[in-house]
Amino acid sequence: MTKLVYFAWVRERIGTAEEEIALPDDIEKVSDLLTFLQARGDNYAVALCEPDVIRVALDKVHAEHDEKLGAAREIALFPPMTGG
Amino acid sequence: MTVTVRVQPDDFDITAELRAMTEGRTDIGATVSFTGHCRDEKGKLSALELEHYPGMAEAEITRISEEAVRRFDLLGITAIHRYGRILPGDNIVLVIAAASHRQAAFDGASFVMDFLKTVAPFWKKEHLAAGGDGGWVDAREADETARKRWQ
Repeated sequence: MTKLVYFAWVRERIGTAEEEIALPDDIEKVSDLLTFLQARGDNYAVALCEPDVIRVALDKVHAEHDEKLGAAREIALFPPMTGG
Repeated sequence: MTVTVRVQPDDFDITAELRAMTEGRTDIGATVSFTGHCRDEKGKLSALELEHYPGMAEAEITRISEEAVRRFDLLGITAIHRYGRILPGDNIVLVIAAASHRQAAFDGASFVMDFLKTVAPFWKKEHLAAGGDGGWVDAREADETARKRWQ
């Protein structure tokens, strides 16, 4: 099982802050995960309709969309940061 | 060299943080402190709600601060970022950079802020004076441009 965590408007659009999912074996890269999640329901499709905007962190480290998920246990999806 | 990073809901005391940085030190020749405040956007906002990614926020700010220390040969960095509900006029973020000379302190503080804004996982939601929420603040291209000037 992989823990997925969501923040800001990604969290609001999906409708949950976190969940545990058994990811299919054929999901190798971050971009595969986004495509997989988009098909999970309308809320996911709306939240991830512009995948290029979505930022991803693997075990709390920023990751590009072409990176492999590897053995990441916690994957976070969120919009571009607006702190400071 | 000291790197102090805190992510907290509570306010901070700039004078106390400056004292903590410099007390008993005779090697520091310059400190530059930056404080970010919550604007009311000409009366439009009643508050900002700051969300963060616990754990990753601290880790990213620490990584940025340590990079600044290496890059500018700093003698210390203090970086404090608040989360939760912040009212107009209230403090949001504090960065203090200490160095032997002023240019390194200015550059260090500026570097940390430019990266913090674009890399540290924080998000702002607007709450309107007229009631209701004004949605999430969009990331600014200017912030990304500011970060890239260091590369």
